[in-house]
Amino acid sequence: MFRGATLTAAVLVLVLLGGVTIALLKGAWPALSHFKLEFLTRQIWNPVTEKFGALAPIYGTLVTSLIAMAVAIPLSFGISIFLTELCPAWLKRPVGVAVELLAAVPSIIFGIWGMFVFAPVLQRHVQPWLIDHLGPLPGVGLLFQGPPFGIGILTASLVLAIMVLPFIASVMRDVFETIPDVLRESAYGLGATTWEVIWKVVLPYSRTGVVGGIMLGLGRALGETMAVTFVIGNAHRVSSSLLAPGTTISASIANEFTEAVGDLYTSSLIALGVLLFLITFVVISVARLMLRRLDRKALSSA
Amino acid sequence: MKRSFTRKVTNVAALALSVGATGVGLFFLGAILWTLLKNGLAGMSPHLFTQMTPPPGSAGGLLNAIFGSAVMTVIGIAVGAPLGVLAGTYLAEYGGNSKLAAVIRFVNDVLLSAPSIIIGLFVYQIVVVPMGHFSAIAGALALAVIAIPVTVRTTEDMLRLVPQGMKDASTALGAYPWRTTLSVIYPAARSGILTGLLLAIARVSGETAPLLFTALNNQFWSRDLNAPMANLPVVIYQFAQSPYPEWQQLAWSGALLITLTILTLSIFARIVVSALQPSSRT
Repeated sequence: MFRGATLTAAVLVLVLLGGVTIALLKGAWPALSHFKLEFLTRQIWNPVTEKFGALAPIYGTLVTSLIAMAVAIPLSFGISIFLTELCPAWLKRPVGVAVELLAAVPSIIFGIWGMFVFAPVLQRHVQPWLIDHLGPLPGVGLLFQGPPFGIGILTASLVLAIMVLPFIASVMRDVFETIPDVLRESAYGLGATTWEVIWKVVLPYSRTGVVGGIMLGLGRALGETMAVTFVIGNAHRVSSSLLAPGTTISASIANEFTEAVGDLYTSSLIALGVLLFLITFVVISVARLMLRRLDRKALSSA
Repeated sequence: MKRSFTRKVTNVAALALSVGATGVGLFFLGAILWTLLKNGLAGMSPHLFTQMTPPPGSAGGLLNAIFGSAVMTVIGIAVGAPLGVLAGTYLAEYGGNSKLAAVIRFVNDVLLSAPSIIIGLFVYQIVVVPMGHFSAIAGALALAVIAIPVTVRTTEDMLRLVPQGMKDASTALGAYPWRTTLSVIYPAARSGILTGLLLAIARVSGETAPLLFTALNNQFWSRDLNAPMANLPVVIYQFAQSPYPEWQQLAWSGALLITLTILTLSIFARIVVSALQPSSRT
């Protein structure tokens, strides 16, 4: 009896995933069957004429997440190195807890902080500099055109980077801590510097786990909603400039869903949700598989 | 000679950068908390807890939103946590290394990191659409769906910490597996399971996106689970984006309240875990 109850609850987890897939596909069906593949390739998003294409949100989601990862990966690598290799023992716990607290701050807090504090700072001090100094350059300059709005793709990417930072850092730290001390000590014994131990022993040994942690962070960045919604500007446009307002899949849904009138509009937003679900599902699955293999490796070497 | 010099310089530079990275991380945590305290404390007054959310341009409080958040969190946890604990028990005690358990573990991990906005759309499709309107019960269900994977994971981890010897002793006394689980394993892992609950509450109480499509918001006092209900995250979301200073002030105060609640829960959960771990090792 009791075993049956626990089994039922466990199977419910599978049912949930199946239910989410079916419910979303059902909701997205009117839009997907109406627009077919054009839904993925068109930039137009016009509720009045009921023409919807997902290109701008897809582009915004990918670009903001990629920039966020480019910023967050080196920073979280540095933090995890600091915590595992450098930090004096008495400081380890407070800094570790602080990083985990940053992970516990709800995303809406990042959102209003981004809108009221971070975006104005960028608008006044950082973006004018970017426009003046990088804007005139050929090639790269295309990324820094237009007036400094404050909000936009770049701001959203940076807020995302701050958000995923603690997630990646804490996975990397956990991964680094599974490395047997013997390995480190033998490298030190050969005369390696701390950095050489990290770069040539710790990192190669833990590569799978590190990549898994990065993918986990990427999954978070792709699906993050509230922090982005506040600072991205919600414009269904693909622009080459990173300073221009844009939108992401999750920001479009959050911004427009409750105001959407008409079945096709609502259904198009759910279709966006299906896309997001697909992308994050793949990314998170890869991350979990890589981290799982690491768990096994850690267990077998223990 | 020259080579060893480059090696030393690289080493010092890399380590300095890593200290710098930690500094950047801590700086942003500090910056966010400082802004929250500065702007949030300015609006702290007894009115916050005694008055309803006001119409634009007048003063008020957050009573209905605080109440709504509490109601939906309690229902969400009451529905989600028992299911999560049961499923976690299956994985730790019965599933073992079976294929089914491996699949469930994997799917649970995926759900754990799935974007919460997807959960919101899911509950919208299966609850809000058939009912025809937004409601507090839909919001609570969305929170329950988010709480389940968190409790499954922590329950399994915590039950695995219970020493095998204790289980064997119970079995040797002639106890059925269910009796062992209820009378030996659960009591031994009590504080661990409690930690899981605290973490689930912390996770759920800051969720905004799923409530947007399920509970929506309500400007008035409502105890009707079948109607839209105010809640702190959505109130913060709507008020922060409004042009009215009074509303923005309330958004900051609400943000401070939520963050303090969540950080307190997380720190408390951490204390419980660290109190638990030495005892489980012996």
